[in-house]
Amino acid sequence: MSTESIAWPSTEAESRSFVDQIHEWVATVDHKRLGILYIVYALLFLLIGGVEAIVIRIQLIRPHNNFVSPQVFNRMFTMHGTTMIFFVIMPVLFGFANYLIPLMIGARDMAFPRLNAFSFWMMAFGGLLLYFSLVGANGLYGAGNAPDVGWFAYAPLTSQTFSLGHSTDFWTLALLVSGFGSIGTAINIIATVLCMRCPGMTLAKMPLFAWLNLVMAGLVILCVSPLTAAQIMLLVDRYLGGHFFDTQAGGSAVIWMHFFWIFGHPEVYVLVLPAFAFASEIIPVFSRKPIFGYAVMVGATVAIGFISMSVWAHHMFTVGMSANANTFFVLSTMAIAVPTGIKIFNWLATMWGGKIEFKTPMLFCIAFLFQFLLAGLTGVMLSVAPFNWQLGNSYFVVAHFHYVIVGGILFCLFGAFYYWFPKMSGKMYSETLGRLHFWLFFIGFHLTFDFMHIPGLLGMPRRIYTYEPGRGWDTWNFIVTVGVFFQAIAILVFLGNLLWSYYRGQTAGNDPWDAWTLEWSTNSPPPAYNFSTTPTVRSRRPLWDLKHPDDPDWNYE
Amino acid sequence: MRSQGSNKWRVLGSQILICVCGSVAAFADPAAPFSPTNIFSPASAPADSIFGLSLFVLAVTGAIFLVVFSLLLYSVVKFRKRQSDDGREPPQVYGSNQVELAWTIIPVLIVVALFMATARVIAIVQKQTRLDNAIEVVAIGHQFWWEYRYPALGVVTANELHIPVSDDHHPTPTFIRLLSADTDHSFWVPRLAGKTDLIPNHPNSMWIAPHQSGIYLGQCAQYCGTQHAKMLLRVYVQPRAEFDRWIQQQHQSSAVNGAGSPGQRIFELTACINCHTVRGTVANGRFGPDLTHLMSRDTIAAGAAKNTAENLREWILNPDLIKPGSLMPAMQLSDQDLDALTAYLETLR
Repeated sequence: MSTESIAWPSTEAESRSFVDQIHEWVATVDHKRLGILYIVYALLFLLIGGVEAIVIRIQLIRPHNNFVSPQVFNRMFTMHGTTMIFFVIMPVLFGFANYLIPLMIGARDMAFPRLNAFSFWMMAFGGLLLYFSLVGANGLYGAGNAPDVGWFAYAPLTSQTFSLGHSTDFWTLALLVSGFGSIGTAINIIATVLCMRCPGMTLAKMPLFAWLNLVMAGLVILCVSPLTAAQIMLLVDRYLGGHFFDTQAGGSAVIWMHFFWIFGHPEVYVLVLPAFAFASEIIPVFSRKPIFGYAVMVGATVAIGFISMSVWAHHMFTVGMSANANTFFVLSTMAIAVPTGIKIFNWLATMWGGKIEFKTPMLFCIAFLFQFLLAGLTGVMLSVAPFNWQLGNSYFVVAHFHYVIVGGILFCLFGAFYYWFPKMSGKMYSETLGRLHFWLFFIGFHLTFDFMHIPGLLGMPRRIYTYEPGRGWDTWNFIVTVGVFFQAIAILVFLGNLLWSYYRGQTAGNDPWDAWTLEWSTNSPPPAYNFSTTPTVRSRRPLWDLKHPDDPDWNYE
Repeated sequence: MRSQGSNKWRVLGSQILICVCGSVAAFADPAAPFSPTNIFSPASAPADSIFGLSLFVLAVTGAIFLVVFSLLLYSVVKFRKRQSDDGREPPQVYGSNQVELAWTIIPVLIVVALFMATARVIAIVQKQTRLDNAIEVVAIGHQFWWEYRYPALGVVTANELHIPVSDDHHPTPTFIRLLSADTDHSFWVPRLAGKTDLIPNHPNSMWIAPHQSGIYLGQCAQYCGTQHAKMLLRVYVQPRAEFDRWIQQQHQSSAVNGAGSPGQRIFELTACINCHTVRGTVANGRFGPDLTHLMSRDTIAAGAAKNTAENLREWILNPDLIKPGSLMPAMQLSDQDLDALTAYLETLR
């Protein structure tokens, strides 16, 4: 899908040349166009990361399979993890935040439009740099190799001794560059939410979407900075004779782990809070009720933000920390389950007593609730340090975090795609294809990730390119691989639906869901200036107030 | 006494598990493990207490799942929009402090219970003091094999760890000091204990006290490079007398058996001796496994192949045939030299 094809029709578009249109997209500082650029870019990388996942799963379909060599397999899981986290989920979430926040708070753009464009292009070039390793990683010889150190790149495997050539440098620089982009976007989101709200919209009257993204942006600043610092330290080690992580010269491999996970765990919440944001907008609209316990939802979000900064070492229970340190991280990790649980209960209470419409976005959100519940509970199991000594680094962990990222975040994202597609494109998606996508993906997801827990319980570690027969892992791995193909077909249905609906879909209208937040009060797609007159709001659901002047929300809030 | 008690607990545990989580219960039979690496069929002390705790955690999380899932299912079915809907909006409810308080306090109490149970097991496992009659082993992780040294017993071996059964009346637990020669590794034999990482410049330790003899399998659980997948673990838990015999056999010199053979000459004149040790000869390399008692081991290449003459020959011819990416180079020997060398290695009993 080229960026050009997603351009919405405008009256002037036909008269301009192709080159001019491309130029407009490349030079744009409009938050909506940048949002769409982020989303399209992430979809391209989703296809690449998906193909890598398929390669991994074909190799593991049976013991002692020879589909790819161990070297290729190791590159595949490194690239799959790095691509999906840094160049799919983060950009797509930033894309939606970019597109929706100004519209939801009644602003005409983000606070810093040029920083916005800069951030997008930094992230885009970071992704290109990562994949340029395929050409350039061996230096002058022209035949490159992708990085093969794993997505958390534990020292000292990344040192010059164990990682020859430049593949690790491409990994480091890609994350460094895209990290600057992420920090730029985070600053922009914070400034926008704090300074650009329309008259009447106090912090307590913001849509939850804006609140969750505000906390997410704060976390990005706090957690991406240590990662960036660690990447610079790694470069110093590799090229300037530093010894931060050089264990053979007295450096510490454990320091890298701390740096990585002080990024890595808040990062999980950076990814999941925007997903919560989607659910917090979609579930009320399709239940026809306001969100239950708005203030508690905000409080729980802020609590998650704070606690998430103190849980990182639960990724390191097997590293040999003291009993006291282990005990502390058990407590902080279990504590974060409380605000997360409160959120699930509030979503349930929002549905309770409502009139639930099972449109595609809502189907994805209901599946999200179910799957996120399970992912949270396996997370509680993993927080129990002794249990973690068994489960850590096994396929149980792989299943757990895919349950979070696919079953939680990606399901919400698909919900968001269908929910806001009419606003972004002006066209309605095909409900039939949407349902087909949902059921195929739902079946594929559960085939793959439900059964993936079991080999972990039976002692199968992650990141092995092959395994011995006779360990009771064979059948489960076969089922897991079969599920992947369901998901792959579902993704193609999804992309097909987007393309078909964009060109052939029915006109959606401004407010197809009878929704309540400000973005539905403007045109679909919105004009460059968003709102012809700056809106004024008196409650959290300004459009409800408009539609029910006899019974407005501000009487109750 | 104790083992009976823990068996009872295990049976009870299995029953709870069946109620809570039927699919997992099938694997939780200590008598007939579903898999040689099943974490739910422990055969040693730390794995036992982890298993007990994990049943408690599964029961709690399983109960939470049933309650919340039922609520979800109920609300999706009960509150779906009906065909006969009148088109009016449902009653708008904004929240309730009492309800919020309830579903805050109950999870907090559950967390407190889980935390206390967890803290107890952490203390049991991590604050274990070393007994005087404990066996002491130093395990050193290498790309992609395991070196085992018994400093008190004067034994060095590779890839196959031998330890005695620890019975309740005369406990002889094994304390393992974990070091790494290169990158990060992790020692994980699920039926004996949880995993502990081997990190260069960061010595770790763990202990096990197996109560059943047998061969326990596992493998490296921290990505350590190209051949991470074939860095397999084999632990031979033996009755004390059998273990003592093994130690005695490891003390004997094997160098005399093949002394002066053409194979030994090839071994000592090629690069073999740079990496391998055969005690009693000039070979004293430490980069690869100690070969002094090679033929006393069941496997070669860190468990990747059975220790047979054909496999040995193939391994020396080209290690990549068995384990692509292993650090042992192909030695480029002629067929004749290969046969002689294999014959020599077979004398290292």
